[in-house]
Amino acid sequence: MTDKVPSNNPLPNKERAKLPRQRVPEQDPQVRAHNFCEVNLGFPAEQARQESLRCIECPKPGCVAKCPVSVNVRAVIDLILAGDYLGAASKVREDNALPAITGRVCPVEDQCEAGCVLGKKGEPVGIAYLERFVADWERETGQFGSPVSAPATGKKVGLIGSGPASLACAGDLIQMGHQVHVFEALHELGGVLVYGIPEFRLPKEIVRHEIEVLRRRGVVFETNVVVGKTVTIDELMQEEGFDAIFVATGAGLPKFLKVPGEHFNGVYSANEFLTRVNLMRAYLFPQYDEPLYPCKDRDVIVVGGGNTAMDAVRSALRLGAKSASIYYRRTEKEMPARVEEVHHAKDEGVHFEMLVNPVEFFGDEKGNLTAVKCIRQELGEPDDSGRRSPVPIKGSEFVVPCHVAIIAAGTSANPLIQSTTPGLAVTKRGYISASDDTLATSKPGVFAGGDIVTGGATVILAMGAGRKAAKSIDNYLKGLGQSKEEIQEAVQI
Amino acid sequence: MFEIVETRPLARGIKLFVIKAPRIARKQRPGQFVIVRLDECGERIPLTIADADPKAGTVTIVVQAIGKTTMLLSMLEAGDFIRDVVGPLGKPSEIEKFGTTVVVSGSVGTAMAYPTARELKRAGNKVISIVGARSKDLLVLEDEVRAVSDETYVVTDDGSYGQKGLVTDKLKELVDAGGVNYVLAIGPVPMMRAVANLTGPKQIKTIVSLNSIMVDGTGMCGGCRVLVNNSSQFACVDGPDFDATQVNFEVLTQRNNMYREQERASIERLQADPEAELKNLRESNRAHACALEPVEVSHD
Repeated sequence: MTDKVPSNNPLPNKERAKLPRQRVPEQDPQVRAHNFCEVNLGFPAEQARQESLRCIECPKPGCVAKCPVSVNVRAVIDLILAGDYLGAASKVREDNALPAITGRVCPVEDQCEAGCVLGKKGEPVGIAYLERFVADWERETGQFGSPVSAPATGKKVGLIGSGPASLACAGDLIQMGHQVHVFEALHELGGVLVYGIPEFRLPKEIVRHEIEVLRRRGVVFETNVVVGKTVTIDELMQEEGFDAIFVATGAGLPKFLKVPGEHFNGVYSANEFLTRVNLMRAYLFPQYDEPLYPCKDRDVIVVGGGNTAMDAVRSALRLGAKSASIYYRRTEKEMPARVEEVHHAKDEGVHFEMLVNPVEFFGDEKGNLTAVKCIRQELGEPDDSGRRSPVPIKGSEFVVPCHVAIIAAGTSANPLIQSTTPGLAVTKRGYISASDDTLATSKPGVFAGGDIVTGGATVILAMGAGRKAAKSIDNYLKGLGQSKEEIQEAVQI
Repeated sequence: MFEIVETRPLARGIKLFVIKAPRIARKQRPGQFVIVRLDECGERIPLTIADADPKAGTVTIVVQAIGKTTMLLSMLEAGDFIRDVVGPLGKPSEIEKFGTTVVVSGSVGTAMAYPTARELKRAGNKVISIVGARSKDLLVLEDEVRAVSDETYVVTDDGSYGQKGLVTDKLKELVDAGGVNYVLAIGPVPMMRAVANLTGPKQIKTIVSLNSIMVDGTGMCGGCRVLVNNSSQFACVDGPDFDATQVNFEVLTQRNNMYREQERASIERLQADPEAELKNLRESNRAHACALEPVEVSHD
């Protein structure tokens, strides 16, 4: 990026830095704690403009460098200042197929906004809110800021899973002129965006719109296909004519605590609880059929400190829980959840119990959960992740009543694809082995990315993997028909 | 969208459906199941595959109308559509040459046991089938079972057909006579538990197919977890077949009762106006079919 870019910002730099960061309107905490409507209401145009004025247009923008998909933030902000919101949306889409989604769920405090120079002395530019603003404006005005696709190559790529990695990959591959066919195991498209992230944080309508944009650009979607069961990767490549495959099936199996009583009615994995609430709309029972073990007027605890735990506990609150608590084994400082989610949860009335770990669940004669026994902990030496390990304090056990307990203690690899795809190498923890540079697996023509390679991570990191895979798949397809060595070389680029 | 190409009532409240699902028809093996969702507002429920025709691209399921979804499904006819059918899920039943095998099934469980009995026979086993039902009008697929079995015994609780009593009475006779190498039991939980109690102490290999509550069916949610040999197993991916002597049936029963109240409310809602629910389903699926129309794309 050059220093001399024509700017639509009328203010001198030192005036810009004095402007306060715009506060995004939110639903009142007391109100939103009882509904599933979106918490953040987003910037109106004037606020988007005001916030854009704060950008000092760094010659080497840290925001772009810190973005996993390298969105050209500076150019986007300049287009907002020019009033060309559709142009701004197209600009984002050059690098990011799902701007309305990332603008809502990215951990920006560790990414673009962490790279913003204004953050060093004050508050960074609200980049996520601006990204969301242009994507929402595009959708709400019924326009599509889609980039144009390259001429058709005649090559066909199968994408397994329809979560963020796959959708980002689909966006790039279709633009490169390839045929793209996405297989989804569930009945609805979007992966974690629809089964995991709740309506109040990411309305399903927005996911549907982003997918519709991809469909209009030519991506074919097929639901109800469990690759590994319904059809194998070898069958797709040998019998259905796919030239390359991208495996992006997500994190997979829920981890339980392996403590006594986890089979009692009312103990859920976060995956199941959120799938029932989000994908199956159990919060709309009986209009929707899928039932949920009742949370209303009852005590709900959620074990864990990540975004999934926050999503679960805030959902429980909205389902009418008498109390909704986070039980986390370390302290708030170590919690992996986004800061904004923790703030939102607190504002809504979620109780936080730190340095505790459940050791046993109790139930009544019908097998319904009634209480949980926990032990208090203190922080010891740092573990492999660099976080200080919790150590139980002897004799500190206590019992609290609880009717619903949701375990958000992470996930492990789902072995479905690995066990049905000969020649596909896995790591010792069961995830798919893929090259860091190209996401190529040990099997020619098969690439993998997102949580099935890295273990549980974020939407934007998965999207970054999807983009990287699209680039290597494109190189691979250009090399098809060449020698094995040449393909290998092409893929290494 | 999955078209129902044929339906056939088999017994009181039990109906057979042949559904167009070419991918599943091609891959399924005995013991596997599908998960269906009827329409936009539907829940996901597992149903065992009773048969398949890979050439015609169809799978057969047999459904007993006991919950809201199965009741509504039972109102559908050929030409109707089911919004989602996914599978084949679960591990196929283990088929090898065991010797003398006894296949015990209760009520609609017979439809699930039938394909496995057929494969056991094909693998060279002697197959003895014990088919149970509360009464004659709940008995299904008797002729099909007879056709693949060396011996078939029909048992009804009320004696309205076949021998009066429980399937375990007949099983006990066979076991006591000796020479039984393998038992497969599919049916209501109390029946499967009784079979396990009978054959377990005699060291006869006994397999049961568990009917846990499921959501995704791919191992993602863990809702179907059952205690097997005191450790948590997922019926959807580790099963549905398990060693009967290792299964904690008490926990299975308890977890299957988890949503009793909601299930009752859903049934009442359906029964208040079944025709309206059926109309909603058909309209919802018609609207979805339109939304799936392919898109014309032009490249530069």
